[in-house]
Parts: sequence; C-alpha cells; structure tokens
Amino acid sequence: MKALRNFLDKIKPQFEKGEKFGIFGSTFEAFESFLFVSDKVTSKGSHIRDNIDMKRTMSVVVIALVPALLFGMWNVGYQHFLSLGEQADFWATFWFGFLKVFPIIVVCYVVGLGIEFAFAQMRGHEVNEGFLVTGMIIPLILPPETPLWMVAVATAFAVIIGKEVFGGTGMNILNPALTARAFLFFAYPSNMSGDKVWIAEKADAFSGATPLGDALVGNIDKIPSPLEMIIGNIPGSIGETSVIAILIGAFILLYTGVGSWRIMFSVITGGLVMGWIFNLCAVNEYMQIPAWEHLIMGGFAFGAIFMATDPVTASQTNKGKFIYGFFIGLLAVLIRVVNPAYPEGMMLAILFMNVFAPLIDHYVIEANIKKRLKRAKKLINI
Amino acid sequence: MNSEKNEREPLFSFKNRKLLLNPLNKDNPITIQVLGICSALAVTAKLEPAFVMALSVIVVLTISNVIISLLRNGIPPRIRIIVQLVVIASLVILVDQFLKAFVFDISKQLSVFVGLIITNCIIMGRLEAFAMGNKPWPAFLDGMGNAIGYGWILIVVAFFRELLGSGTIWGYPVLDKLGLYDLGYKNNGFMILPPMALIIVGIIIWIQRARNKDLIEEK
Repeated sequence: MKALRNFLDKIKPQFEKGEKFGIFGSTFEAFESFLFVSDKVTSKGSHIRDNIDMKRTMSVVVIALVPALLFGMWNVGYQHFLSLGEQADFWATFWFGFLKVFPIIVVCYVVGLGIEFAFAQMRGHEVNEGFLVTGMIIPLILPPETPLWMVAVATAFAVIIGKEVFGGTGMNILNPALTARAFLFFAYPSNMSGDKVWIAEKADAFSGATPLGDALVGNIDKIPSPLEMIIGNIPGSIGETSVIAILIGAFILLYTGVGSWRIMFSVITGGLVMGWIFNLCAVNEYMQIPAWEHLIMGGFAFGAIFMATDPVTASQTNKGKFIYGFFIGLLAVLIRVVNPAYPEGMMLAILFMNVFAPLIDHYVIEANIKKRLKRAKKLINI
Repeated sequence: MNSEKNEREPLFSFKNRKLLLNPLNKDNPITIQVLGICSALAVTAKLEPAFVMALSVIVVLTISNVIISLLRNGIPPRIRIIVQLVVIASLVILVDQFLKAFVFDISKQLSVFVGLIITNCIIMGRLEAFAMGNKPWPAFLDGMGNAIGYGWILIVVAFFRELLGSGTIWGYPVLDKLGLYDLGYKNNGFMILPPMALIIVGIIIWIQRARNKDLIEEK
C-alpha cells in the first residue's frame, strides 16, 4: 500500500496543469481518489466533510449488489442446464453463468467508463464514481442472452444522452441504468422480451417464459410457486430473480443508511395498494393473484431496492420520497397487469416518476413554506 | 431618377444574403427557434418522405411569403391572420394535389402531414414576422432561407433514422449489402419511433452550439 502511495506521489507532479501529462489530470485524479482518499479540500463554503463521500456511497451499493450478482450467475447456469435436462454440479453451473455474465459486465464498464473519462478530460472536471454502480446494475437488469454489442450501444446511449448531456453524475434526470434498459427495450424488442431470451442457450422445446410473461398471456397456473420466486431459480433478467439475494442487498443499504427506507417502504405500499384494488374489481385471473405476489414477481423487488432509491433521480424531500415511491409501486403493478405490450412495468414506472420527482419536491417545499408562513402570521397577530 | 437608383440595393447585398443564409445555421427555425418540431418528428422515419416534405415546405413558404408581401399594404390588420391562412391553405392544397397526381405513394406515406403544413408554425411565423413588413424580394429570400433551414434538418434526421432504423438509404438496403446482418447486427427499432427524432435534433443542437459559441446563452 505504501509503495503504491509513494509511486502516486512520485508521478503526481507530472499531471499538474501545464506539465507533461497535464491534459490527463482528471484521469490521474480519478485513479488516485479511487485508490486513496482524495486530498482535495473545499475552497469556500462548508469545510466539514464526512468520510462518506460519493466513492464510499457507491462502493456500498456495489457491495449490496454482489449477492444478486452471484446468485444471478449461478441461476443463468442453472436455467441453462435445466432446459437441456442435464445435471451439472454447483461449480460447473456457476462457471457457465460466470462466462455468460462476466463479458456483459466488462463491456458495460469499459464503454461507460471510457465515455466518462473522455467527457471528464474534455470538460476538465474530475471523473465521478457514479458509473461504478450504473455499470454494475446494467448487466443485472438484462436478459442473459443480450448480445454484447447491444450492451455497448445501450451503455453509450445511457451515459451520453441519459447523463453527460445534463452535465454528468448528479445532474441526470433519468436513472442511467434504466435508460440503457429502456433503450434496448424499444430498440431491440425481440432481444428484450418474449420467452426466448431469458435462458442462455436453451433447448428449443423448453418454455423459457418468465412468470410475468406467463401471467400476461393468461397462463396463471404456470406461474412458479411463491417459494421459487423468492429463492429465484426461475428465468428472468440476470439479477432480478432472487428476492432473497435482493433482500440481503436491501439490508446492507438500510444498515449503512445509503438507501432510503422511505422509498423502499412506499414502493412496496404502492404495489400492494394497486394489487388490492385489482383484487377488489378482478375481471380476469391475473387481477386475482394475491397483491403480495406482485412484490416477488419480475423486477419489482430489484427496482424497489436498487433503482427507485437512486439518490440523484429520486425525490429529495422526505415527504416527496413517500409520494414518489408510492406512485412507482402503483404504476408498476398497473402497467404490468393492464398493458399487454409491457409485461414488466417497473422500468417504465421508475423512469416516469424520475421525471416527476422534481415537481413533487417543488410542491412539497411550497407547502412547507406556506405552512410556516401561516404559523408566523399567527404569531404576529397574537 | 439618379437618387432612386442609388437607393436600390443589389439583389444579393450583404443584408439579403444574410436573409437567406442565417436561417440555415445560427437562426435555424428548428434547432434555434424550435418551431415546426411536430412535422420533424412525424415524417423523418424515412429519407424519401422527408425530402418531399422539405420540398413542399420550400414551395409553400417561399410563394406564400411573396404573395403576402405583395398584399401587405392591402390587408386590414384585424383580419390579417385569416388572409394569411387562406393564402397558405390554397398553396398547401395545390401541393397536396400535385403530390397525389405525381408521387402517389409518398403522398400516402405523408398522409395528413401535407395538410398539416398549414399549421406549421414556421410558415405562419415568417408571414407574420417578415412578409407583412418587407418587400417581395427580401420576403422571397427569407422564405427560401427558412424553408431550406427547416429542410436540411429534416433530411439529416431522416438520413440517420432510416440508416439505423431500417438499414436503408433512400430505400436501398445498404447495411444488407455490406453484410452486417450476417454478423448479428439488428436494426434499431427505437429509431423508427418519434422520440428518437427529438433526440437526434437535440444532438444536432448540441453540435451546433458547441461549434458556435455565440449561441450559448449567458448565465
């Protein structure tokens, strides 16, 4: 560790402004602050800084994503061998999934970080760590059979149009990972939905439909049992299937205070409320399934824990978070049950509420100002 | 006689050239004034209809600008919008009938959007802002300039949307001939959808502002 620090200190002067590698200043800064705590101090405003800077926050989220990732790798292999009707031991299964998933992660990081570094150089600001999480989430919400070039195109689109156009990390309106998925969903629908894409190299005769796909076409009896959906050994996007793995991640996020419990809680409430409303006025079998089952189907859990809670695109006010989360849950269930074109509503629900988050914040703040003005006026009158 | 001759400015004086050239770049009706967006979204999925649309708008805008400019002193101000609309509508009907007679296929593709040229804000905007107060020749140049400024954006957007969305250029399967599909390439269905036109227009605006510093608003 010490040797690394010394090495960095030795080459640091070369990256100062005007020196030999001056133009790569922000690249150096990025690597240095990735390895060590940055020695930059604020020049004006508040000088008190918590240890929990963006790097720490992002690292926690990445750690929270690891259970879902590992389970996803295993499940990709498990589904593959299941569809072939073969038996394989644990490590062979995991290795198969690893070989499928790892290239997607590498492509995501290479393309995304490449663009981030290029923009940071061009604009002369430091590279933000925001993409560490995005690059990890994108693979987890894709089907295992997504071609790598599509992953690259979608990542580039998400980083450029979804993020850099607005000014980089912290300025984006839409969640970048979901922007990538939405791009793929509309651009290459045959690779993002249907029953062919959810199992890697599956045998043709084996049905690869996800629970949501089955439910939408009326095969309610084919939906896996709740236990299977909670454990997650079912076809689906790489990281979304296992509710247990996601709950471990949720625990990490909540314990460290990185993820907002308000959003998670209200997304789940919203989903349950919409499920109950459908139960009350059920006209088909899909509407009759118990409300809580919506929470463990498809990407609901993953979206509620990891994507709705994105601190940049969610509402900032505490009251706003409840409203924002509630409507995500409500819309997700509404879309998936009612709209035949979109088997999963979580992606569109979160993107939709991302757009509304600033508006919600605005009215929450306005309401607060009004309330306090009223109180102040009362005091004056007395 | 002599003095009048001196006042006459040459046909392509600096001012007149600016009337024609400004709308092509730094006063572009779509990217700077953000007018006529709806038709830019609707007809740019393929190059051919976009080209025909651009031509139609050039014809309608140029001629209506000249006509209104000729009539400008005889139009009572209170009913000027109606007069302008009558002129535009007659021209649009002419264009529509012409397209139906000679290029029926494209006319069918463009469907309602030819008729909707009437409501294109660029045309009303130019008549109201320029033709009502200027002589026919400047009005002609202004109409031409704005319509071409509108047209080239349409064609650029349509080029990318057709190439990436359908893999063709003017109906010719370029990507197929290059053999990209055998390598696993797929057409981008998002390009066919209207939102992508907005994003491409956005990228054009981005490039334009990055190159032209005086377009950037001061903070």
